[in-house]
Amino acid sequence: MATPTAAPIDLSAALVLAPLPLADWLVVLPVALMIGFGAVLMMVRKSVRLHGIIAIAGLTLLVLLDAALLWRVAIHGPVTMVMGRWLPPFGIAFTADLFGAVMALVSALVALAAGVFALRDIDAAGRRYGFFPFLMLLMAGVSGAFLTGDIFNLYVWFEVLLISSFGLLILGSEPEQIDGALKYAILNLVGTTLFLITVGYLYAIFGTLNMADIARKAAMLRDTAPLTTLTALFILAFAMKAAAFPVNFWLPASYHTPRVVVSALFGGLLTKVGIYSLVRVTVMLFAVEREELSFAVAVSAVLTMLVGALGALAQSDLRRLVGYLVIAGIGNMLAGVAIGTPAAVSGAILYALNSVVTMTALYLVAGEAARLGGAWSLAGLGGLWRQAPWLSGASLLLFLAAAGLPPVSGLWPKVMLLKASLDIGAWWLAAAILVSAFLITLALARVFLLAYWRPGSTPLNGTAPAGDWRIALPLGGLTALVILFGLLPEPLFGLTQDAAAGLADPAAYIDSVFPSPAMERSAAR
Amino acid sequence: METLFTVLIGLFFAAAIYLMLSKHTVRMLLGVALLGNAVNLLLFTAGRLTREVPPIIPDGMDTLPAGAANPLPQALILTAIVISFSFFAFLLVLTYRGYQELGTDNTDEMRLAEPRDEDLPPMGY
Repeated sequence: MATPTAAPIDLSAALVLAPLPLADWLVVLPVALMIGFGAVLMMVRKSVRLHGIIAIAGLTLLVLLDAALLWRVAIHGPVTMVMGRWLPPFGIAFTADLFGAVMALVSALVALAAGVFALRDIDAAGRRYGFFPFLMLLMAGVSGAFLTGDIFNLYVWFEVLLISSFGLLILGSEPEQIDGALKYAILNLVGTTLFLITVGYLYAIFGTLNMADIARKAAMLRDTAPLTTLTALFILAFAMKAAAFPVNFWLPASYHTPRVVVSALFGGLLTKVGIYSLVRVTVMLFAVEREELSFAVAVSAVLTMLVGALGALAQSDLRRLVGYLVIAGIGNMLAGVAIGTPAAVSGAILYALNSVVTMTALYLVAGEAARLGGAWSLAGLGGLWRQAPWLSGASLLLFLAAAGLPPVSGLWPKVMLLKASLDIGAWWLAAAILVSAFLITLALARVFLLAYWRPGSTPLNGTAPAGDWRIALPLGGLTALVILFGLLPEPLFGLTQDAAAGLADPAAYIDSVFPSPAMERSAAR
Repeated sequence: METLFTVLIGLFFAAAIYLMLSKHTVRMLLGVALLGNAVNLLLFTAGRLTREVPPIIPDGMDTLPAGAANPLPQALILTAIVISFSFFAFLLVLTYRGYQELGTDNTDEMRLAEPRDEDLPPMGY
């Protein structure tokens, strides 16, 4: 409001005057890089032979940049960069904390694996249609969502990744894809519109869109403003993006229709962006309101887990089965959000990281199995064990990871979530996690029994996958990650615990956006 | 003015949700378009509606005069309009292609991706 002051305000204080340290550019570089590569690929759209090389170079750079960013964040704490040299809360801030940086790194790794796989899976027609530019823009959206510190900007990245996902989903324009895409597009658009509505309410209440600023002001506004309503709307919007029950029906309707590599990217990344935003908003910004709504979230988590597991049990189509596994995983992560203690949140983060890798790898494996066996249906597959022993070995490990059995990575997040739910006395939540894991074990054991172990009735087509590096490399790499996380979980435990602690007490995050004078001096030195 | 707009936004949302509950894709599409406009109006109203006070900081003041409209939500709307327009264009084409390929605009009959009488997984070898 109007406040005539005696002394004129020093307006230069609203601008960043000192040049940014070079290392701070790391925060925006992943996004800028992906948009740049997307534009370059668009320019060479007709020379399809160049696409693969350019895209793999871009994704490799993305992995390196995200690794450097994570390294910097792990050592120096959250990093912030503000657009246009405006100081927050006026400029749009990009803030990378441990949670965002580690998600960005894992998603970049998965995108690189999918990019290599796509060299074989996407033919010249698919490339001319724009697979690789869409992949780059999808990664720009995903990285932007993980690294932004501004809630309206988060909405914009949601839309960026949504529109690229539409392009990827209908690659090939088959009738099934159009059927799936219609349901996916309309429901996801409604979800993001709901997110926008909530952002509008949030701005009306807070007068700011910067997440650090919101975290600072939430405590003051808690008594007067309808923050619980706001949080409930956020939860609904992000649950829609994450495919949580009862707003999950777009996922099994669409995720099995596109190319295998597109399914893998979607299953690995898109739902996890929803979970990331849910954790970011409910745990960091509105922790008290999350507490009030935790029972509703927990019920939704239990139902999501059971719907996913029962759905997987009822499917005979391999790809649709994996889609239900994605949903079951979302339920586990939601359980972590519902419990909300730092241990539970770190379990949810670890689950998300594990799920990104495992679900992508499962879709790729399912695609390879179907290509070799010549069918998607469990009734038609068989004898893969004899034909492709390496693929079968990798599949077995990934099945164990998805079911949460040792010795691979799926075990640890389930253990953490179980312990966290028992610690607060929510025995029914723990029971649901165990029951859903048991049902998933049954479903996947049946897949292994029928598709791999059963003597083959149909002649297999294609060569053994070990012969082609474009398949062996991504599958081997992702499986190696799953084994590594399973055998040496200690560094990841530390990382996710620090990430969860940073969310529970965002002092370092806020300090990075609004440096206190003392911090500024030490930084200058 | 704001009260009037609130009622109008409510009507927009009601109409949008009613249309989106339909089984026919064209109606759903119209509902989505209306929903986008409802949200834009909502953002617009959230930033205060004042005609008489231009959002310019006068001499001797450091902030906007009391009651001036906040210009930021209008910038947000600009972003949202562009996005919802491009999505609407995409959805329009998708719906038309869907009608061409699937031969129906009733979502209940669009069962290509999820066939109705699907086999259950085999019970044994």
